[in-house]
Amino acid sequence: MNLLKISWSNIKHKPLNTLLSIVLLSFGIGIISMMLLLKSQISEKFDRNIKDIDFVLAAKGSPLQSMLANIYHVDVPTGNIKVSEARRIIKNPMVAEAIPLAYGDNYEKFRIVGTNEKYPNHYGCSLAEGHLFSAPFEVTIGASVAQETGLKIGSTFTSVHGYDNAADDADAHHHQLFTVVGVFARSNSVIDNLILTPVETTWMVHEHAEEPATDSLNVDSTHVEPEREMTAYLIKKRNKGAFGMLSKQTEDTTMQLANVAVENSRLMNNFGLGLSTITAIAIVIMVISFISIFISLFTSMRERRYELALMRTMGGTRATLFTLIIQEGLLLVVLGYAIGLLLSRVGLLVLSHFMQESFHYGLDNLAINSQELALLGLTLLVGLLASAIPAWQALKIDISKTLTNA
Amino acid sequence: MMIDVRGLTFQYPSGPGFTFPDFTCAAGEHLLVLGQSGKGKTTLLHLLAGMIRPTAGIIKIQNTDIAKLSNRDLDKFRGQHIGIIFQTAHFVDSITVLDNLMLSPFLSGKKTAESEAINVLEKLSVGHKASQKPASLSVGEQQRCAIARAVFHKPSVILADEPTSALDDKNAEQVIDMLEEQARQTGAALIIVTHDKRLKDRFQKQITL
Repeated sequence: MNLLKISWSNIKHKPLNTLLSIVLLSFGIGIISMMLLLKSQISEKFDRNIKDIDFVLAAKGSPLQSMLANIYHVDVPTGNIKVSEARRIIKNPMVAEAIPLAYGDNYEKFRIVGTNEKYPNHYGCSLAEGHLFSAPFEVTIGASVAQETGLKIGSTFTSVHGYDNAADDADAHHHQLFTVVGVFARSNSVIDNLILTPVETTWMVHEHAEEPATDSLNVDSTHVEPEREMTAYLIKKRNKGAFGMLSKQTEDTTMQLANVAVENSRLMNNFGLGLSTITAIAIVIMVISFISIFISLFTSMRERRYELALMRTMGGTRATLFTLIIQEGLLLVVLGYAIGLLLSRVGLLVLSHFMQESFHYGLDNLAINSQELALLGLTLLVGLLASAIPAWQALKIDISKTLTNA
Repeated sequence: MMIDVRGLTFQYPSGPGFTFPDFTCAAGEHLLVLGQSGKGKTTLLHLLAGMIRPTAGIIKIQNTDIAKLSNRDLDKFRGQHIGIIFQTAHFVDSITVLDNLMLSPFLSGKKTAESEAINVLEKLSVGHKASQKPASLSVGEQQRCAIARAVFHKPSVILADEPTSALDDKNAEQVIDMLEEQARQTGAALIIVTHDKRLKDRFQKQITL
């Protein structure tokens, strides 16, 4: 026999009374905790993918889109830029490093990105097996690509034109065979979801695609080296103030320079606004659950006045009754907190599955974070406050009167 | 003397006042307090149990002046030394009959084995109800369980408030038999307050309010 057992029995004794409180509280907690997880994981994931990239040099258009497309690979690129034009920018001494990206095809919705060894090196990717692509049509694939498509070293495949469309149109198919020569170890960066190949591959795929047209028009012409194009360059700057200078150089071209820090904070602000709205709704739910717990404890205390007085006649002190009721409040909220945390994990897994499907963006860290511990503190406070008045009322019970009138 | 009451008066803040006769009750002695409704029978019982404090006078139980105890000490004293049977039996509804009994030693801090509780329940022929919730018991069974709860931890004073008023002759007799038997076994002082005239002939020591 202990007080906790009595509290627990009391909660179980009237399950319907407590159900509403727990459902409300766990929903409030669940939503808040999910928002916290979402925010920390997405910004962590974004930070990991930005990783020292300062600018994105790409075709004119929305700088936000240009960042989303070329850093996170979740949007379509703004267009192509000419290598000859881009060279003027990337050879600038203010540029410490420029990583070329040329892409336009996918395999089972995984983008095939033409680049060089700087790209995987930038994210510190190491090879799980095989080697890095060295010739056109050789590819080294990310860990998630290997896992989901089942491609392995020696596998061959053909690509589909587009960024993340499925192959439903026969014309969209290219016929050149790609060969897997290596698989990257998981780096938790965007590389996990990419198929990397030399830029020449991308050029050759698209030259081929355009060949019939050029042949028919210029039957006699000598073979002209086509103007080489890139989708984008990821740029690391050498010194401060580079953005203004480099940006100026793009003015009369078809290119633009997107400032990653600016675009990302804009993105995070918009995203954060959405999260704040949802969090505000969750807080309202929490307040309602607080009132619900209060009413539930208060009515239950009223109904049990005789029991409480009885416990006094059996040697229970006022402190015993006070503890009993506070404890019931705390038990309720801890239960609500636990269920809420569980709900947020389930919600996150569902969301992660959804994001993985459409963006190849998974959320995987389900550990309890420090903000959630703070949330536990807040929850306990709610429990304490909601049970304080009923507990106070229990202190003041006149046992003689209560037992006489019963 | 187990119970020693002198010059006891009680005044309800905005209600009747009572002056009680002096009386004593020794260990093992059984005292019947008779009186019509409104004569302060329940008030006297609650005074003896320390559930209310007297306006004037002294209540000594085992030589302790209970009016002088602090709130907390009074609660503990009551739990350890006094067993109370109320007019209607009430329990903590959410726990079993046995747990309701064991609540008493838990709350008062007076160690009593669970086997004692089961023993007394069995003697009062409600042993088979030990693991049921109180609400599933009949009124008669509840009354027996309430008696068991009041006596199984061997208090030195047993107080009963109208224990027979709701019962027919046969059951009334049984309940009083049980109370006397339990009091005799533990040598406790037994005080029964009642207006039930049926009990008049059974007790030698009586006072009338």
